[in-house]
Amino acid sequence: MKWIYKRLITAFLTVFTTSNIIFFLIRLLPGNIIDALINEYIRLGMSYTDAYRLLSANFGFQLNEPLHEQYIDYMVNLFTGNLGYSMAYNKMPVISIIAQSIPWTVFTVSIGTITAFFAGILIGLLAAYKHGSFIDRFITFFSTVSAAIPNYIIAYFLIIIFVINFRKFPIAGAYDAATVSPGFNIPFIASVLRHAFLPILSYFIAASGSWILYMRGNTVSVLGEDYVMAAKARGLKSTRIVLMYVGRNAILPLFTILAINLGYILGGSTLIESVFVYPGIGFFISQSVRLRDHSLMQGLFFILTVSITVSNLLADLLYSKLDPRVRFE
Amino acid sequence: MKRYGFSTFRGLKTALRIITSDKSSLFGFIVVMGYILMAIMGPFFVTLDLVGKSKRYLPPSLQHPFGTDYLGRDIFAQIVYGAKDVLVISFVAAIFTVAISVALGTTAGMTGGHVDAVLTFITDIMLTIPGFPLLIVIAATVLRGTSNILILGLALALTHWATPARSIRAQVLSLKQREYVEASRCMGFGKLRIMIYDIFPLLMPYIAVNMLLTMLGAIYSLVGLALIGAIPWSETNWGVMINIAVVYAGALSYPPSLQYLIAPLVTIAFLQVGIISFSHGIESVFNPRLREL
Repeated sequence: MKWIYKRLITAFLTVFTTSNIIFFLIRLLPGNIIDALINEYIRLGMSYTDAYRLLSANFGFQLNEPLHEQYIDYMVNLFTGNLGYSMAYNKMPVISIIAQSIPWTVFTVSIGTITAFFAGILIGLLAAYKHGSFIDRFITFFSTVSAAIPNYIIAYFLIIIFVINFRKFPIAGAYDAATVSPGFNIPFIASVLRHAFLPILSYFIAASGSWILYMRGNTVSVLGEDYVMAAKARGLKSTRIVLMYVGRNAILPLFTILAINLGYILGGSTLIESVFVYPGIGFFISQSVRLRDHSLMQGLFFILTVSITVSNLLADLLYSKLDPRVRFE
Repeated sequence: MKRYGFSTFRGLKTALRIITSDKSSLFGFIVVMGYILMAIMGPFFVTLDLVGKSKRYLPPSLQHPFGTDYLGRDIFAQIVYGAKDVLVISFVAAIFTVAISVALGTTAGMTGGHVDAVLTFITDIMLTIPGFPLLIVIAATVLRGTSNILILGLALALTHWATPARSIRAQVLSLKQREYVEASRCMGFGKLRIMIYDIFPLLMPYIAVNMLLTMLGAIYSLVGLALIGAIPWSETNWGVMINIAVVYAGALSYPPSLQYLIAPLVTIAFLQVGIISFSHGIESVFNPRLREL
């Protein structure tokens, strides 16, 4: 059990560090953004007290208090879910923008990641099993290319192919608000799927390449183990060896990589969602940059880190079930 | 003390022979060299026209290899002039990243104990915090439109160092167990000397590969930042070109404008594939076991 406490402490400290980084960036750094915004507002003709009041309301802590009290206010706010108010979206609470956007991100990212993970395992196994052959070289070539190309470039190529040439899929929004109403009805679900298809396909293509390469590498290295030799010597069928003996041992390290990569995947959603104008958490991050909405930006970044930390923790717990050795480290 | 029996010239010749013996790493080598040449020599041969002297939306031709954009400017020239910034900034970022990650990774690996525990802990936390969104926050709150190459490179390094630091630490830990290092320790050499003479030379391949991979990540982030408008407007930045093509030139709705979007997309994709292939080549230069696969 000690292992779990250690992981919990690490998770908490990760979130705590993130909130400190944010506070440092927006408030403590010389010439920080809040001071800059106050100066800008004053230059635009706002009075000193009004500028302070406006920004205090947006960020959710009193800016004219001593710094340590601001820090305590800020931390208490963050950990009680009060992330301030958006400066650009009609003073909406940041937390409600997040509550609206995070399901879309989780929906597309999780489907894209999980399908890519399993496709990667199967194709990687195939490549390793046939290793050295034409199929292997073909698979390795395409995985290398898809792993190297940035996900937003894949997204643009998909738009050029599907939307411009075949006029197949929409490229904005999560569903067609003009024709369907949210709820459990078939037109709505169909519209959601049509809008989510290209973002999911982008995650899938961008991620599957590296899974294939990992799986292929792992499998090739396991192929040389003694127990594989022994299985061959016993005259077992090679499909059985690959699936039951080699595959199961080669998959294990991939779960660790999956846990580590969750951060990159959620973080990488920023650009995919921005390309597809898909209203997930990443889209609002890029919008907050465009609209210079700093209170929204820091809230989104905080929540993004929290969700990655939590999913890492879950992945670790799952992994400890799969491989009991980690619990005794 | 006698230097290692590894003449630089002969070493380079061997490295070149190994890189060129494999088709994919030869391809990577040629692509990377081609982009570097384009960045250095390109501006002498191509003139950048930011006013728009030609007709708009011209299709690709000999005079305009990639056609012209929505203002009648040559797209090819913009691509050529954009190479320098991307390569220089990502190279600076890679240097900073390697400096940070080698310093932390070797310190953690060599000292062990509490220092190692603390450094590993910090690295783990940095691995969890999403790098690209953190970079966006830094760009929006700290950089605020700076075009200073060193500052941009440093910001990129701050969000990219954790992965290489971890791999270098793991490498140091495994090298430390080797017998020849044991021998040095028995001879009473200090940690610093063992580090510099016994471990560092064997770390070079990891440093070289990590440097290329960091460049890959830095280009991703740099273009991504430009794509969402988080770094300054410069017409020859490939990411900004994509941004303009989609937002202002209507590349997604007006087919003749499409070439303005495709040109930077293909340019970036080609460079990334080149860097990956080149890094595989470098790996096999240093790791003979990979060569015959």
